[in-house]
Amino acid sequence: MKYSILVYETPTELAAREDPARQGAYWAAYTAYSQALAQAGVAAGGAGLQPPGMATTVRLRGGQRLVQDGPFADTKELLGGLFMVDVPDLDAALAWAARCPAAATGSVEVRPNLPPPPGV
Amino acid sequence: MSGAVSAGGSDTEAAHRAVELAARASYGRLVAILASRSHDVAAAEDALGDAFAAALSQWPTSGVPDGPEAWLVATARRRLSDRDRRARVADGAADSLAYAATFVDVTSQSPLHVRGGHAAFPDRRLGLLFACAHPGVDAGVRTPLMLQVVLGVDVETIASAFLVAPVAMAQRLVRAKRKLRDAGIPFTIPEPEELLPRLAAVLEAIYAAFGTGWDAVAGGDARRVDLAEEAIWLGRLTVDALPEEAEARGLLALMLYCHARRSARSDASRAGASAGLRSGAYVPLTDQDPSQWSMPLIGEAEATLMSAARLLSPGRFQLEAAIQSAHLSPAFGRPRDWAAIVALYDALIAYAPTVGALVSRAAALGEASGAAAGLGASDAIPRDVAATYQPWWALRAHLLARLGRNAEAREAYQRAAGLTLAPSIRDFLLARRDALEGID
Repeated sequence: MKYSILVYETPTELAAREDPARQGAYWAAYTAYSQALAQAGVAAGGAGLQPPGMATTVRLRGGQRLVQDGPFADTKELLGGLFMVDVPDLDAALAWAARCPAAATGSVEVRPNLPPPPGV
Repeated sequence: MSGAVSAGGSDTEAAHRAVELAARASYGRLVAILASRSHDVAAAEDALGDAFAAALSQWPTSGVPDGPEAWLVATARRRLSDRDRRARVADGAADSLAYAATFVDVTSQSPLHVRGGHAAFPDRRLGLLFACAHPGVDAGVRTPLMLQVVLGVDVETIASAFLVAPVAMAQRLVRAKRKLRDAGIPFTIPEPEELLPRLAAVLEAIYAAFGTGWDAVAGGDARRVDLAEEAIWLGRLTVDALPEEAEARGLLALMLYCHARRSARSDASRAGASAGLRSGAYVPLTDQDPSQWSMPLIGEAEATLMSAARLLSPGRFQLEAAIQSAHLSPAFGRPRDWAAIVALYDALIAYAPTVGALVSRAAALGEASGAAAGLGASDAIPRDVAATYQPWWALRAHLLARLGRNAEAREAYQRAAGLTLAPSIRDFLLARRDALEGID
């Protein structure tokens, strides 16, 4: 069964990506984590995301396109990326989610993926 | 702090404090008493919940009764017997007499001051422990069930400790309680011929509770650390009730040894922590400062282990405790005797060949006979269990580095870092990896 592990980071953690004093440890932790997923044979995709400041949001309302700079929602914890895992059950997905570096500083949300729509 | 504040505090406040105290100190004992006849833990918990609610509404005006626990038991029993009466009208006389007798018993005491073993207010928690660890209960839910039913730990805390979704944990607990009731699982200490295997399950469950609490020390979640102390408390209860069981003493000694070293596992209180690591960095056993170990706890652990050894019935927990004891020699100014530690692990593995014991033996062998011997022993551990076991990778990394195989060591440190839950251990492993950078 496939689950998405959504990585919500605090602004402080996200800023570590650009901070020369902290970026080494930051990327090392995520590299080790994603390699561990791959080497355990549970990795099923995912991506790191550029920070919310790089986001552009689009809405169609009454035939009008509304395009704005910034993320869909301003929240305290920011979506930094996601890992997809293929594991037997939720317990196993939670065990992997807890190993995600953001679990100790921000939040890690685990959601079962929907099966592909019929006919796809 | 000041007496004036608490004396001047409202009766409501005092009553709420009394209810809270009773709930914390006696929840499991009261559930055990209430459920021991019906085997219905869920009903006992409901009735006790009602009794706590009644206490919260009545004690502020009526005052806290002399025997708060007796009041709670009597109130909960009335709820239970109301239910019973509605359920079956006829079958009454004997039960009513027994009910009346227990009612008189408990109200004639001030049970808050009567600790376990008193005939009039017997401590049935141990029977409840044996029920929770019954082979008829799914092995995976025994420890959670024990924590909830005997200690009153809330579902969210249990779910967090076991890394399970709270909804799923709640469902598992409900199913297990239904099984206790419907299968008629007895709430008693088993007969002698059955005692040993059943006791083993009880001790396993207590140790699992302790382990989840102890692992959390590195993760720094204070709420979970409490489970370690509650497990020690259950261990004491078991020793008190079954003083002739060496393994019960062995488990208590083991938990006390581990707990004695708790504050030394992180360097939060140590001056001059390496720059770049967050405070509270992980400190492995061999680097720990013995002056941080709790000598009173160690003294109690040593005495407990001695008393276990005198019963001449060795077992897994006594061996694990003896290994902990052997690791303490630096506290007494002596180096560790690694050959003796290897021999203790060999004996332990004969009882319980867990991946943890196998990895620890390989580590001890690496100290006693050299890194190559340790690496050979780690190679022999089945890969399917070792591959996602963080300590296995950390050990290999350490041994490979000692052999000068730095590229492989870096890779193994990386693997271990990706598998750890605790940021402090991840930092430690990555710092070790980085220290090997560029020295192939």
